[in-house]
Amino acid sequence: MTLPYAISLPADSGRRNRTGSWRVERPVYVDRIPPCTSSCPAGEEVQTWLYFAEEGDYEKAWRTLTEVNPFPAIMGRICYHPCETACNRASLDSAVGINAVERFLGDYALEHHLEFKLPEVIHDAPVLIVGGGPSGLSAAYQLRRRGFRVVLCERESEVGGMLQYGIPAYRLPRDIVHGEIERLLADGIEVQLNTQVEDLAALMASQKYAACYIAIGEGIGKKIDIPMEDGTHLTDALAILRKASHGETIHIGKRVAVYGGGNTAMDAARTARRLGAHETVIVYRRTAHEMPAHPEELEGALEEGVEVQWLSTISYVSPHELTIEQMELDDEGKAKPTGKFTKLDADTVILAVGQDSDTSFLSTISSIRVEDGEIGVDSSGMTGAEGIFAGGDVVPGTKTATDAIGMGRTAAAAIAAYLGHPDTPGSLREPATYERLNTWYFSDAPRSVRPTLELARRATTFDEVVLPLDVETALFEARRCMSCGNCFQCDNCYGMCPDNAIIKDPSTGHGYRVDLEYCKGCGICAAECPCGAIDMIPEPF
Amino acid sequence: MTERIRFYQVGSFAIGNRLLDRERVTVQSQMERTNALDSGHRACQGCGEALAARYVLDAAMRATGNDIVVVNATGCLEVFSSPFPESSWKVPWLHSLFGNAPAVATGVAAALRMQGNVSTRVVAQAGDGGTVDIGFGTLSGMFERNDDVLFVCYDNEAYMNTGVQRSGATPPAARTATTEAIGSEPGNAFGQGKDLPKIAVAHGIPYVATATVADLHDLEAKVTKAMEIRGARYLHVLVPCPLGWGTEAHDTIHVARLACETGLFPVYEAEKGVVTDRTPIRHIRPVEEYLRMQKRYQHLFRGAGRKDIVERIQQIADAQIRQYDLLPEEVIP
Repeated sequence: MTLPYAISLPADSGRRNRTGSWRVERPVYVDRIPPCTSSCPAGEEVQTWLYFAEEGDYEKAWRTLTEVNPFPAIMGRICYHPCETACNRASLDSAVGINAVERFLGDYALEHHLEFKLPEVIHDAPVLIVGGGPSGLSAAYQLRRRGFRVVLCERESEVGGMLQYGIPAYRLPRDIVHGEIERLLADGIEVQLNTQVEDLAALMASQKYAACYIAIGEGIGKKIDIPMEDGTHLTDALAILRKASHGETIHIGKRVAVYGGGNTAMDAARTARRLGAHETVIVYRRTAHEMPAHPEELEGALEEGVEVQWLSTISYVSPHELTIEQMELDDEGKAKPTGKFTKLDADTVILAVGQDSDTSFLSTISSIRVEDGEIGVDSSGMTGAEGIFAGGDVVPGTKTATDAIGMGRTAAAAIAAYLGHPDTPGSLREPATYERLNTWYFSDAPRSVRPTLELARRATTFDEVVLPLDVETALFEARRCMSCGNCFQCDNCYGMCPDNAIIKDPSTGHGYRVDLEYCKGCGICAAECPCGAIDMIPEPF
Repeated sequence: MTERIRFYQVGSFAIGNRLLDRERVTVQSQMERTNALDSGHRACQGCGEALAARYVLDAAMRATGNDIVVVNATGCLEVFSSPFPESSWKVPWLHSLFGNAPAVATGVAAALRMQGNVSTRVVAQAGDGGTVDIGFGTLSGMFERNDDVLFVCYDNEAYMNTGVQRSGATPPAARTATTEAIGSEPGNAFGQGKDLPKIAVAHGIPYVATATVADLHDLEAKVTKAMEIRGARYLHVLVPCPLGWGTEAHDTIHVARLACETGLFPVYEAEKGVVTDRTPIRHIRPVEEYLRMQKRYQHLFRGAGRKDIVERIQQIADAQIRQYDLLPEEVIP
């Protein structure tokens, strides 16, 4: 080889030495499931849509989000955001305000009139959906996304279920509900309003439905027997909420007692305050610890001046006074009567002691198991009857809109699979734990920004004060995501390899690949990866 | 000190960020970086020096429009990068003796000047042995004459490739092959050795800076600044050595970071004899955390341990934190 004058060694001669042979461990890029995603009852890939929001590409973020959940503006207001409870950033400073960003994206899409891009109907045999609440709508949307024809029967004059008739407008403005539902229905879902299904077996046979999803919810307030005098004003929480959400005139007393401890009780109590009750007292037989209502709802009610009488049951109702029996908890946490009685001034009693459903239309299908108003299903959402699925509040489990949307989606996937068109299976992913992160690389948010953020976060979770994130804050908040368990291309591995053995390669899906000819297996890349997206695995010998 | 980019996801601390403008990302995050030290070099797994050499020279290449000559003293860096007939250097590179790299660099700079070449710049590099011990005389001369050379010392605190012997940069209590962990004062003696950055500052040369492999943004900013200045410049980079320090190969960055966070390695810069800026500690840590992860200090923790010696090292750190004003700052948005 001829080299220029005074050059003794050519520049690339060192590459002959393949240092990859020294290696006993090799780095491997991994995709782990972040806690936000694994905790989302609706199944949202939270981190994935935050990734696009971080870039300011709100449309792409919204499109990614709505592959799973068609209602970000609604859920960005009413979801109890278990994702934020699970967020790893809470261990560093405070959780990412995922719910607020979701709301921002939902509002952004409504404002910019973004429409879904759904495929043509390719499977002609229609799927029947009974009930147009969040679960039924979610299932309809997911079936449409998979190319199925959908017919949705709704017994009310409007679809939406509890979004429409239950959740108070101070938490969920109705124009938002209408906006997101109209967009969903614009895309070839046949809706039959004011249609009560009387006999499901007969209907399915006559209309040749290929499958069915039952999502009738629990729209009937449970009744309990309380001895009472004539002239007492006793009403049902669902009825109050329904009238209030439609702006109907409601006569309510000055002193209102709400009986029950669930979210509906909280909504009813807070609605009663808004309807002009001077005093609102929640009467609950156990303590805050056992209360089924979400802590945020209770807190919101207390902040608005609602009072709670713990360990109390109503034993007698007079027109202006209740007789309350004191309870105590036994070792198992069950409430036991004590025989001690007190009086409580109240001129109205609102019952919120649970909800029920009317499943009489299933009576001709004996293989469907119904117990205490709830329909039994397997893990895919199928009832005892072939091709008939159920989900939402009418099946046992956590009864939130988020869960309902998630069940609608899993049922839609199960129906598609049942009809011979299963989804491509996703890979099982290990959890992305906090311990795997190298948190050195995540800057602390400056103090001057934090208060604004907290204010914005509060505003999205508490009623009345409507203070959405502005564009800048949404971007900031999205960028607080630590991308737990998944590469977000910070270049640490690329920059910190002493052997230049990490190669940028967008075609790999991770953005990088390891040059095994030269990687010595030192593990700096894995140790310094902020998000724990690199594993060191033993070299196969 | 580099401008801090406030980015709450991976802020100013990661190598790159897909959301940053290209002008604001590091040289190392770019596919076009020189890779002045190429793959195939024979440095140990997790070598801090190999990493630092690439960081420094790639940054110098960008700062000069790819127009540098590198003079390299004998030492680890030279041995692992150029075993005949191989070379891992992708820059014009000249190997000197152990002790005369500063003088050779002076000569290269003089030759370029004689040729009327004002664009090509000279970078000389050596380990701590070649800098603080063997090359000290010629380095001091280079400083005194204010020759137009950036001299970079990659400080791994001992003579590593010859078998970990003590150098003038070995810290107190550290065990080396020549300062064994025996007797009442195990390891290297307290009160000896040389603080070369301080000595360089005392020469009153145009620019002196310290840096580590743990903060690339800071290191690149200092190299860039140094290349904008004419005259003698000195950059002292702390480079952990997994072999000599007894650390895990994957802990190289982590241990360098702790050297700063404990105050044992102050990161600062000085111009014309005056300290002008320093990098404050982000999350202050006790020296014990730094010492415990290194086998060269293991004797301080064996059995009953030597709390007294750990305490003396802590006092050194505390004194430096005061001297260089290293306490964490309030974050300024």
